[in-house]
Amino acid sequence: MVDFVGLYNYWIVVFLMMAGLYLVIEHGNLVKKMVGLTVFQAAVFVLYITLGKVRDGTAPIVAEGIEIYSNPLPHVLILTAIVVGVATLALGLALVVRIREAYGTIEEDEIGDQDGPAI
Amino acid sequence: MIAHLPALQVVIPLLAAPACILVRGRDLAFWLALVTTWAAFLVSCLLLDQVMASGVISYELGGWAAPFGIEYRVDALNAFVLLIVSGIGAVVLPFTPRSLLIEMVGEKAYLFYCAFLLCVTGLLGVAITGDAFNLFVFMEISSLASCILISLGPHRRALTAAFQYLIVGTIGATFIVIGIGLIYGATGTLNMNDIAERLPQTGYNRTVIAAFAFLIVGAAIKLALFPLHFWLPKAYTYAPSTVSAFLAATATKVGVYVLIRFLFTVFGVEFSFEVLPTAFPLMLLAVLAMFVASTIAIFQDSVKRMLAYSSVAQIGYMVLGLSLVTVDGLTASMVHLFNHALMKGALFLAIGCIAYRQASFRIEDFAGMGKRMPWTMAAFTAGGLSLIGIPLTAGFISKWYLILAALAADEPLIAALIVISSLLAVIYVWRVVEAAYFRKPPPDAPAGEAPLSLLIPTWILIALNVYFGIETSLPVGVAEHAARALMGAGP
Repeated sequence: MVDFVGLYNYWIVVFLMMAGLYLVIEHGNLVKKMVGLTVFQAAVFVLYITLGKVRDGTAPIVAEGIEIYSNPLPHVLILTAIVVGVATLALGLALVVRIREAYGTIEEDEIGDQDGPAI
Repeated sequence: MIAHLPALQVVIPLLAAPACILVRGRDLAFWLALVTTWAAFLVSCLLLDQVMASGVISYELGGWAAPFGIEYRVDALNAFVLLIVSGIGAVVLPFTPRSLLIEMVGEKAYLFYCAFLLCVTGLLGVAITGDAFNLFVFMEISSLASCILISLGPHRRALTAAFQYLIVGTIGATFIVIGIGLIYGATGTLNMNDIAERLPQTGYNRTVIAAFAFLIVGAAIKLALFPLHFWLPKAYTYAPSTVSAFLAATATKVGVYVLIRFLFTVFGVEFSFEVLPTAFPLMLLAVLAMFVASTIAIFQDSVKRMLAYSSVAQIGYMVLGLSLVTVDGLTASMVHLFNHALMKGALFLAIGCIAYRQASFRIEDFAGMGKRMPWTMAAFTAGGLSLIGIPLTAGFISKWYLILAALAADEPLIAALIVISSLLAVIYVWRVVEAAYFRKPPPDAPAGEAPLSLLIPTWILIALNVYFGIETSLPVGVAEHAARALMGAGP
């Protein structure tokens, strides 16, 4: 039971991950898909940060009296991943704008109805 | 200079990409991109030569020693993949200035060259890096850049295709990051070689198995392994033909590379295939890809979409080879990686030549194409023959090695399935050839050959298809070398 509750961060990760993925798959609205994708990626950020946590550790700063500190590497990796995530979101939203200009809608079903057979 | 080749391989296109934006001019950006891709090709030739002569090159980026800093590690396998990516880039780029695509984007063409170079950078980076997290970053660079390239297609459906590619690609890449994070949690390192060394000591616990699952599924999405291929046909159909040629010849190949790298180097043969039963599911999916995708390809009205489904089928052959888990199978897999890049590149470039004359790729609009565009259609037919695997073409060599590998692994059924699925390729290639050569062109059909700057790159790839169908020492030699190293890494 202690293990189960003690790992609550991981449960949050799993919940966020599944919620994000579900949004991406279930929603026909392209902006909501992007929201889902961002939640999905955010879950991975939390997973990495949680991996870096050391029990009773403080921030990884070199100073006197600090013996135990969290692993800083996952934080750095996640900084990179956040940048990648922002780029993905920006590109995705830019595409949504272009899709709206071309089709007049951002609902997947309505877009699908507008085009004829494949070229 | 020679010592810094691994860094230059990635740095040259990476720096040239923003430079394309700075120079602005449409022609200037083109020449800059052209020189860059040729320089990258030269670097990868030198790297391959160096690896084959003196073994694995390890390069410490920024002088930080291996497990802590990012290491670029070039062995026969990634030198081979680097050669494919940079070589196809160097051949495809001269095709662009006269292609429809550049005429559509007009003065903004420099942005296309920037995205193209970033895509090349990303793909080369994935292939060269020895650091798992670095691999993810490069993968995202290439995937975002190729998303931009796909969205430039002439039809508005290119936009939705690019959006779908973005969503699916990001999910695939995120799966890979989850896998990398879990494996980092289990081993405490991100260097792929270091992971491989530490894994047997940490033991194969549940974290490692979960990491393995995430990584393999992520890679399978990226390389469009059946049934995770659904993003690919749409993307390749609506992307500009030049982009389809480049992506079909390189992006999925790099995906296959990632799969091979994780299965054989990082997790090792013992864990991937003996502790976990990975070989059979991979083989099953590969065979399904070969048959289902080829069958769907037969029923396509659009030639471009047909080629896209055929790509899914061809990926099946590559995965089939590696799922045999023998030196022969891996060799066949890598030879097909190389040969398929040549044939699909040539076929999509031929489609690009046709796009120069007419907007439609429907089979009925190919009527009389053999008379209207004789050189283009001859190239398409030659590429199609290679796709089927007719002797004296590169495609035959891949099928030959695959069948030999299947027989050597005591799988006669697999060998028979390879032959039968090749017959499906005969049907879908024949449908186009029949329309082009045996039907009368409609009287008002556009005629006239594509300009030479389009035909020459297409025919270079066709010539290579024939050359590597006869003289096989380069791909087979390198692939065998790489396969031995990969299988030797395990017990």
